[in-house]
Amino acid sequence: MSSILPLSLRKVSLSRGGKRILGPIDFELGGRGLSVVIGPNGAGKSTLLRLMHGLERPSEGALAWAVPLKNARKAQAFVFQSPVMLRRSLVENLAFPLRLSGRPRTEAAKVAMDWAARLGLSGQGDQPAWQLSRGERQKLALARALITEPEILFLDEPTASLDGHATREIEALLGVARDRGMRIVLATHDMGQARRLADEVVFLLGGSLHETGPAKAFFHGPQTAAAAAFLRGDIVT
Amino acid sequence: METILDAFWQAGRLIVAADPALIAITLLSLRVTLTAVVIAALIGMPLGAFLAVKRFRWRRSIIAVLNGLMGLPPVVVGLFLYLMLSRMGPLGALGLLFSPSAMIIAQVIIITPIIASLSYQAFRELWAEYRDLLLSLRATRSQQIATLIWDGRRALLTIGLTGFGRAIGEVGAIIIVGGNIEGVTRVLTTAITLETARGDFALALALGIILLMLAIGLSLALHTLARTEREGRW
Repeated sequence: MSSILPLSLRKVSLSRGGKRILGPIDFELGGRGLSVVIGPNGAGKSTLLRLMHGLERPSEGALAWAVPLKNARKAQAFVFQSPVMLRRSLVENLAFPLRLSGRPRTEAAKVAMDWAARLGLSGQGDQPAWQLSRGERQKLALARALITEPEILFLDEPTASLDGHATREIEALLGVARDRGMRIVLATHDMGQARRLADEVVFLLGGSLHETGPAKAFFHGPQTAAAAAFLRGDIVT
Repeated sequence: METILDAFWQAGRLIVAADPALIAITLLSLRVTLTAVVIAALIGMPLGAFLAVKRFRWRRSIIAVLNGLMGLPPVVVGLFLYLMLSRMGPLGALGLLFSPSAMIIAQVIIITPIIASLSYQAFRELWAEYRDLLLSLRATRSQQIATLIWDGRRALLTIGLTGFGRAIGEVGAIIIVGGNIEGVTRVLTTAITLETARGDFALALALGIILLMLAIGLSLALHTLARTEREGRW
């Protein structure tokens, strides 16, 4: 099957109530590695991810995948900052995307049980998902996104407000997914996480794409004063 | 006071003795009301879910009309349905007037807006919670609605019970289209009306007690079956 990447954004912008909140952005998301989207609060990190995933429609400009949109949509997954838990058990939450795509109930349940074991939660398979801890819920949300083996995975600050242990587990799962060739786009506030995981950095400021490039080059020698100030921990707007 | 106590005593005797007339009236009440609730739920719940997930031009107007119809006066429904089903009415040929079917139709008309409107309220909250996930997973419209109905089933149970309570206690419409014919269309509420008018308070009270027991008993049974307390979600 041909890759859905690259994704091209051409003069993409999003406005709400007559006010532009993102763009115009020209950007191409290539076929490998883990891109980290960073920037101060309100820079447009979540909005950019939602636009790329199709949860928002651009007010102007266009996004184009390498394949028809219908095929591209099926090859993506998204993990939200606040994990959305269906009012079902852990295993049923995991099996849900498989059931939507038409997999038989028993087969979906078996795959879900395997994933529950991989998460170290096999003993809690029948437990209502909302009873899990915050870290477990986010792990479950990530596994539910990974279970369909998407080609590209978007994550919107998945470890915000998680403790170190849970963050490490999430990052380990992301590392495995990346090593298997999954394309990952991660928005984060956590600069330590960005340094640990990024192959590429996308730096947003004030709704615009301010700087982008390989992670090593960005962290060691940012090209713009704003990016350098942001990395120093200064307040940039 | 003595009359009331005597009425309670007589009512207890009728219930304990399983009076055949009492049982027949009770069973017909249950048949009519449960059928109406099932039909109204099949119409109202998917309609409520659809209104929650789909944005279209007349959506707000439909929601406003449904909310308004929640207070539909049963007597007006009965009168309207009587005119439709009477020999001179457009549906007269169906021969449904003064039959349990006419009573079911009346109850469906009365409780469908209630079930649809309350379902919409429940689904709207659930949709706000699930929207991004379901859109992200590319769920089709029918999958979205099915998910909302399944995950909102406990709220829907309460809504179904609300519809049941409204329908089983209804008298204004069904007495007009049913006619309160003994052995054919006499149900608990119409029988209570008749026996009170006749002065047979014991029988009226017995019927009233059964009506209350039905409403409370069904609610308890459904809560137990749905394990609402055990799973801690209500």
